[in-house]
Amino acid sequence: MGVEGIGARVLRKEDQRFITGKGRYTDDFKMAGMHQAYFIRSPHAHAVVKSIDRSAAEAMPGVVAVLDGKQLKVDGIGNIICGWMIHSKDGTPMKMGAWSPLATEKVRYVGDAVAVVIADTYANARLAGEAVVIEYDVLPSVIDAVEALKPGAPQLHPEAEGNLIFDWEIGDAGATDAALASAANVVEMDIVNNRLSPNPMEPRAALANYDSAEDHFTLYTTSQNPHVARLVLSAFYQVAPENKLRVIAPDVGGGFGSKIYIYPEEIVCLWASKKTGVPVKWTSDRTEAFLTDAHGRDHHTKARMGFDKDGRITGFKVDTIANLGAYMSLFSSSVPTYLYATLLSGQYDIKNIHANVRTVYTNTVPVDAYRGAGRPEATFVVERMMETAARELGLDPAELRRRNFVRSFPHQTPVIMAYDAGDYDTTLDAALKAADYAGFPARKAEAEKRGKKRGIGLSCYIEACGIAPSAAVGSLGAGVGLWESAEVRVNPVGTIEILTGSHSHGQGHETTFAQLIAERFGLPVANVNIVHGDTDKVQFGMGTYGSRSGAVGMSAIVKALDKVEAKAKKIAAHLMEADAGDIVIENGVAKVAGTDKKLDWHMICLAAYTAHNLPAGMEPGLKEGAFYDPTNFTFPAGTYVCEVEVDPETGMTEIVQFVAADDFGKIINPMIVEGQVHGGIAQGIGQALMEGVIYNDDGQLLTASYMDYQMPRAGDLPSYKLSTHETICPGNPLGMKGCGEAGAIGSPPAVINALTDAIGHNKLEMPATPQRVWAALRAG
Amino acid sequence: MATVTMTVNGKKITGTVDDRTLLVQFLRENLNLTGTHVGCDTSQCGACVVHVDGKAVKSCTLLAAQASGSTVRTIEGLANGTELHPVQAAFREHHGLQCGFCTPGMIMTAVDMIERAKKSGAKLDEKTIRHELEGNICRCTGYHNIVKAIEAAAGAMA
Repeated sequence: MGVEGIGARVLRKEDQRFITGKGRYTDDFKMAGMHQAYFIRSPHAHAVVKSIDRSAAEAMPGVVAVLDGKQLKVDGIGNIICGWMIHSKDGTPMKMGAWSPLATEKVRYVGDAVAVVIADTYANARLAGEAVVIEYDVLPSVIDAVEALKPGAPQLHPEAEGNLIFDWEIGDAGATDAALASAANVVEMDIVNNRLSPNPMEPRAALANYDSAEDHFTLYTTSQNPHVARLVLSAFYQVAPENKLRVIAPDVGGGFGSKIYIYPEEIVCLWASKKTGVPVKWTSDRTEAFLTDAHGRDHHTKARMGFDKDGRITGFKVDTIANLGAYMSLFSSSVPTYLYATLLSGQYDIKNIHANVRTVYTNTVPVDAYRGAGRPEATFVVERMMETAARELGLDPAELRRRNFVRSFPHQTPVIMAYDAGDYDTTLDAALKAADYAGFPARKAEAEKRGKKRGIGLSCYIEACGIAPSAAVGSLGAGVGLWESAEVRVNPVGTIEILTGSHSHGQGHETTFAQLIAERFGLPVANVNIVHGDTDKVQFGMGTYGSRSGAVGMSAIVKALDKVEAKAKKIAAHLMEADAGDIVIENGVAKVAGTDKKLDWHMICLAAYTAHNLPAGMEPGLKEGAFYDPTNFTFPAGTYVCEVEVDPETGMTEIVQFVAADDFGKIINPMIVEGQVHGGIAQGIGQALMEGVIYNDDGQLLTASYMDYQMPRAGDLPSYKLSTHETICPGNPLGMKGCGEAGAIGSPPAVINALTDAIGHNKLEMPATPQRVWAALRAG
Repeated sequence: MATVTMTVNGKKITGTVDDRTLLVQFLRENLNLTGTHVGCDTSQCGACVVHVDGKAVKSCTLLAAQASGSTVRTIEGLANGTELHPVQAAFREHHGLQCGFCTPGMIMTAVDMIERAKKSGAKLDEKTIRHELEGNICRCTGYHNIVKAIEAAAGAMA
């Protein structure tokens, strides 16, 4: 309804402040008397902390305190926890090693925080930090997860024998083995999913203030989920009870998962503010971000897929080792399990699947969810297998996929997920058409004449979003419910505030969410404000990750709007002496159907607040809240086609076209959705061609700056050809599936499938840098 | 300590700073012009781009003292009152930003790019724009809409 309702390309309301330099990010805030924190970090991957001598540093200019982990413990601050319990297949709980916000006895990765200096300026804090003398006994370290599982590997935590956190399985091992044993063809692959650093452009930051008069803390922080931060800071880290802690996540400059978690720095800044009596700010520099922001991916997988003589998949067996780094981050255990192995059925009807996942401690940064979180890893395994199988079976890769598509819904996979709706043929057809798939052989021949090797690759991805029904995830080990809340406050003049537990850090919620009001009442989006990111304003919420703000966050808003609409109609009916069932609200006017009676929206709102003439027994006011708990995951899916040209002389890869055909269910703002897809694909191409975290054997992070870690630049990327197809998600009131992660999930296998097609063999790992491609061309 | 004097967004300002103060720190901390951002430590990301004497400069590569005597324009000084600069308007119109953190640097780079192209008569096609953006990293947009915005703004400013 209206020009700004569902489906309209409404320009973003939030842009005005960002394009004029008026955004307010955590580091932009100042407080009177504010001091700066500098964290002293371990230069060793694995060491015993023998002694910390703070005396010289304490005497330096501007320093108010040098604090360490022993003081933190004395003050009762708790260890950092992982909030998702996974049990090994033998029934034992995961082995969570102790993670102190400031290391007390041992350090376990380069960058592990050991002490903090609080000083008047950052420069003084840093200078003093260099004067803190820490003696270490360096221990042998292990970086690679496969190596860490071997006998004799250095041991990280006494709780986890052999560095094994859990050994978990899903699916029917016996049936899958039998299916593979009787398969006409079996395709086998070893697949590495490279470790990535999320790299939101705004580094993490925290500004903490303790108000001694009120015994109350305020924390400004770069969080995707300020309420979860407050809950965890209160319940587990004993910083303060929830009513004594306000967490504000103001404008946040990207997250991609890395700002879900509660890190040592926020905890320490809060604690240090109380201890020193001054507001304490910490802002990460980029090297610190590489050293301490949770990384993503880092899987080693062996996979076997069986086919019958007609190319139908009969069984799929996967064995994965996932590197979780030195400590278990907040949701780390869920990523390589319920967000990964449950998606191994892809878009395909596979009767038998079994996956075994072992997670491992290593002397590296903790690994947790990064855009897609488990689903990119699953998609990479499935879609590399499918493309490889097509080549080995001599079938067209599109045809092999078609033979195996799920076409009947709902579809129960053997790995928990029940797909509710989809149309995989349509997105495949759309992508092939947009890419002129049929014309590829001619383009390849033409490229050959120019001395270039051209390749094309597909990826038919599926993912699970909206995370997720609370009871379901609870039964799978989640420590929290994953609903969302909303409150719709209609003001006496008819303008509206929507308070949401979702958090926008680039997704455009201030616009998309307001479009629901335009749709519902025909009011301009300019009359609507979206309030988020402040625990003092919004009662509670679970935040934004897992592409959940639409399917879950907006569903909560819809529920609250239903209540607002019902009450507004009752008031309108009362004032116009009509039946509430006959009231229609459109274009900001309530009308009595079939008559010329009407009442402006703001008159209804004013009546609600003057309360001079309301229906008998009705409470004044027009404000409603709702909690929405999803009924299922949602299942966005689609097909990506990548076409590359390789220069055999240099190994340089050029992406000559990238096509995406996505099904996100109902789309509220196509402009914003396209932007999400662009960004996701860019990150996926980054993973495929450029990005990779590299530690040396001693655990030193070699890729700790933008000179060493290759972020995709504008010149590295193509423009994208996008299309969408809507199958409505039956599980939520708007029919939405989510779009935030699809690009990063679907694109890496498309790129590598294209590249391996171009070079003529499969021995190529991500990131497929020019050096690797050049070498692969010569190894083939 | 050094005394620095410069014209920032049309206003003459004088300040006393620690010798090691970078221009970006001076803008953010002394002048509260927090639209200019810091996204890295190695002058790679371009979130801190401002104009110094009419040229796009990464304000993390310059000491405040070096910029003394210069004319500096930041993102806050780009619009003409409430009237957006054509590049600002194009970024909004083409959804060339998401989280907004790289945006001020992107816009200041784009303004400089378009003005240089106008002077030299070079055509800003997609390939040229992508090449010119080498020094600005965006993690959200995949650059697709940034490139479109700059192309459109170049047209509007022609």
